[in-house]
Amino acid sequence: MKEYETVIGLEVHVELATKTKIFCGCSTAFGGAPNTHTCPVCTGMPGSLPVLNKQVVEYAMAVGLATNCEITRNCKFDRKNYFYPDNPQNYQISQLYYPICRDGHVDIEVNGTKKSIGIHEIHMEEDAGKLIHDEWEDCSLVDFNRSGVPLIEIVSEPDMRSAEEVIAYLEKLRMTIQYLGASDCKMQEGSMRADVNISVREAGAAQFGTRTEMKNLNSFKSIARAIEGEKNRQIELIESGKKVVQETRRWDDAKETSYAMRSKEDAQDYRYFPEPDLVPVVISDEWIEKIRSRQPEFREEKMARYKEEFGLPDYDAEIITGTKKLADIFEAATAICGKPKKVSNWLMVETMRILKEKEMDPEDITFSPENLAKLVNLADAGTINSTAAKEVFEAVFNDNVDPDKYVEEHGMKQVNDEGALREAIEQVIASNPQSVEDYRNGKEKAIGFLVGQTMKVMKGKANPAMVNQILKELL
Amino acid sequence: MDLMSLTAVELGRKIKAKEVTVEEAVLAAFEQIESKESELNCYVTITKEAALSKAKEIQEKIDNGTLNGPLAGVPVAVKDNMCTTGVLTTCSSKILENFVPTFTAEAVLNLEKAGAVILGKTNMDEFAMGSTTETSHYGATKNPWNTKHVPGGSSGGSAAAVAANECSFALGSDTGGSIRQPSSYCGVTGMKPTYGTVSRYGLIAYGSSLDQIGPIAKDVTDCATILEAIASYDPKDSTSIKRDDYDFTSALVDDVKGMRIGIPKDYMIEGLSPEVKEAIMNAAHLLEQKGAVVEEFDLSLVQYAIPAYYVIACAEASSNLARFDGVKYGYRTPEYNELHEMYKRTRSEGFGPEVKRRIMLGSFVLSSGYYDAYYLKALRTKALIKQAFDKAFEKYDVILGPVAPTTAPEIGSSLSDPIKMYLGDIYTISVNLAGLPGISVPGGFDSNGLPIGVQMIGNCFEEKKIIRAAYAFEQSMNAAGKN
Amino acid sequence: MANIISDETIDYVGILAKLELSPGEKEEAKKDMGRMLDYVDMLNELDTSGVEPMSHVFPVNNVFRDDVVTNGDDRDNITANAPQKKDGAFMVPKTFV
Repeated sequence: MKEYETVIGLEVHVELATKTKIFCGCSTAFGGAPNTHTCPVCTGMPGSLPVLNKQVVEYAMAVGLATNCEITRNCKFDRKNYFYPDNPQNYQISQLYYPICRDGHVDIEVNGTKKSIGIHEIHMEEDAGKLIHDEWEDCSLVDFNRSGVPLIEIVSEPDMRSAEEVIAYLEKLRMTIQYLGASDCKMQEGSMRADVNISVREAGAAQFGTRTEMKNLNSFKSIARAIEGEKNRQIELIESGKKVVQETRRWDDAKETSYAMRSKEDAQDYRYFPEPDLVPVVISDEWIEKIRSRQPEFREEKMARYKEEFGLPDYDAEIITGTKKLADIFEAATAICGKPKKVSNWLMVETMRILKEKEMDPEDITFSPENLAKLVNLADAGTINSTAAKEVFEAVFNDNVDPDKYVEEHGMKQVNDEGALREAIEQVIASNPQSVEDYRNGKEKAIGFLVGQTMKVMKGKANPAMVNQILKELL
Repeated sequence: MDLMSLTAVELGRKIKAKEVTVEEAVLAAFEQIESKESELNCYVTITKEAALSKAKEIQEKIDNGTLNGPLAGVPVAVKDNMCTTGVLTTCSSKILENFVPTFTAEAVLNLEKAGAVILGKTNMDEFAMGSTTETSHYGATKNPWNTKHVPGGSSGGSAAAVAANECSFALGSDTGGSIRQPSSYCGVTGMKPTYGTVSRYGLIAYGSSLDQIGPIAKDVTDCATILEAIASYDPKDSTSIKRDDYDFTSALVDDVKGMRIGIPKDYMIEGLSPEVKEAIMNAAHLLEQKGAVVEEFDLSLVQYAIPAYYVIACAEASSNLARFDGVKYGYRTPEYNELHEMYKRTRSEGFGPEVKRRIMLGSFVLSSGYYDAYYLKALRTKALIKQAFDKAFEKYDVILGPVAPTTAPEIGSSLSDPIKMYLGDIYTISVNLAGLPGISVPGGFDSNGLPIGVQMIGNCFEEKKIIRAAYAFEQSMNAAGKN
Repeated sequence: MANIISDETIDYVGILAKLELSPGEKEEAKKDMGRMLDYVDMLNELDTSGVEPMSHVFPVNNVFRDDVVTNGDDRDNITANAPQKKDGAFMVPKTFV
């Protein structure tokens, strides 16, 4: 078989973290009952008119600047016309002719090789509503709560050649946007979505092959699987002398296969024209500078600072800056307790362990940095021992409990009272003559058993260092 | 005393002076409506009960001094493409036969604040697409001067209602002449303000970049007074413009001394009726007598406005009217098997032929491969037309010309030939493309006794100049006993 | 007529505009659209090279809203005109197959 190269470009939709929709004052909050976050504007009532949310423009500019784009000084909105029930006006307000950002790039690294991925453009647009299938009535129900939620669409150049590059690009975008606070970029919840354009060509060919567009990819895993599947499908077609048809395909992750979304009613002729109900957005140098000056510290700068300012090892700095959420928690907790390495340890070890166990992302963390700081202080001061600390941390992780109260309520304070410890140890020595004998005969290990017994008597709250010391003394 | 033959300002004055109660005024309007409606069909919906209860409310506010404006208690009719909370708003289309808005258009809210009492919603060409009010799903409106003739359109119901005293004044909307042309045909005064002066929020869009709400009234004083009430900066309409001057009535002075008035030579085309031309020349003469400087000039590009307009308006309409699909409101076809069939049947059954014709054309000119040749070409032509007006207004304060080439045609004579019908818009359309203000003032009658309108066009934001010219002309006509 | 509109064009535009024309209406539409386009072709007499297409007549720009929630739950009003609804949602023929 010939050797093939896969050419991949991405269209990434990101829901912006504004409080209100792009063209009306409805809330963007998740989870309301159907149509409870709607108004005449976002349901396409006759006579209603859109007014642009300024924050959308500023978030789009911020993402554009962070991805090295040119900002369009005179940007405009256009209407994209197509009929579908989740699209209340049967046109989507988007940008075709003068998108807000153009000609950017982000740098990625795959297996130690650096590469720059071009960004063709970033444009602003409105999200569609949600369609829910109703089995009982055998019909669909339309909920416009998501209709009008602001999106940016980031269109890359066809610069990627493998699923690994695609994932690296997406992770880079996600991290950048999270750092900006422009979106939480949760793929599972749909606040970050990617459509993948794929073509294959013989290695070394100058022309691109015919591409297909893959939709409905809602995790990095499904993206990787879909790329693999589509690449193989196209190669098989070419090898068997058939042609790849330019089309949109829907990925079915459960079946690990895709199918064409074709319909004679779907002409894909969107009749774009300038939106007459909105005026142009004119962006001045001053405005760009204002946005630029507000840009946060990005990962590379943060990593360097963590090493420099907090003395974190390379590995810690890399993991913690890997997501904005962890970095935020780290900085806030450190600011409170002043113990960066200890905070880092909790994040690196216990936090990561539980996240992995529960198959959660760092963005899903709900505990507060205050409570983590309190826990660090409790453990550091010896108020609780390390076993107890781990138990308290689980409670902090799960329910964001206040560690001071939790320790109090559960009576978990470490016993440092020498008298009480001595009493318990004497009791343990008395009831375990064999082990005492062993130790005295030079079996060093026997002391471990005696410490364990003491901890048991003390219900795990004994200060282990003190127990060791007193035991040795009494033996 | 016939209350309904008074102008809105005269009636408002009598109400304020307690010579007439609001209820008496409103009852007088309904009496006239009840006697004329079966013949004329000006209204789609009449809201008598609501109007009478509103009349009481307004009377109280007038009595306790909270309402003292010139329009307080005056009965008004609203074109049926402006949303009114709780009141059917159909755009004279079957597709909105059952649509009851849950909010009120900003211009109508402003009228309500001024204390005007809404009598009902007036008939129009379906979705404002037409020049005769014959494309209404709810039957044609007749011209009160001769019921064999059309009242013009698309605000034909509003203009006819004012002419027939079925209201004291009315609101219309003007996308390509839809206020001025029916005002001309019905012998009333109608004004299209500068684009952005009256909020479009709640106006069901036809051509968003061209649509503008304005007054249709009995005289220039009423027009200026009504415009003062409805004009406002509205943050809900991004194309609304914050103006420095909303005091339009300050321009009601009988003085045009030194005013420079231009008559485009290229308006005097084949197809312009000699009687209409004579009325324009008479207007020029009267204004000259009062000290205005009138001359003819070449405006240029006049004939290109029509094709440019139809491309732009139809393109915008094809998109604006896409929302009528049987999902969220309005008519839905009773029989369908799947989604696209539901869409197609709903829209094919819900829209009339003229609306479908314009949606088809608009969809075509925007479709892949034609956008540059048609749509962009039209937008470039629009830019040239705007430049031509800019140049003209360097020399002239007001442009004087006809509103329409002829007086009102007979019912049934226009729709068969769309192009011929569109040609009738030649004097009004360019004003919308350039966003300018224009007013139609009665300028006499033809030999059949049908009214002729005279149009005055101003530079953008210069309503006051055309109000002044129109007012002076009106005074001269009154003095000559010609109106 | 310079612009001859084919059946395919009318069918295609019908799909875009979601309009289903009867055979009679189709013939009318072909004729009307052809004539309109002939008329519109008059614009080709104009030299518009170098002219910026003008979508807005006035140079108004940067009209914004602040990002503040102003609307509450208005579902009853929003769905009041729905031809068919269920559980506060608009009901349509099924969109999935």
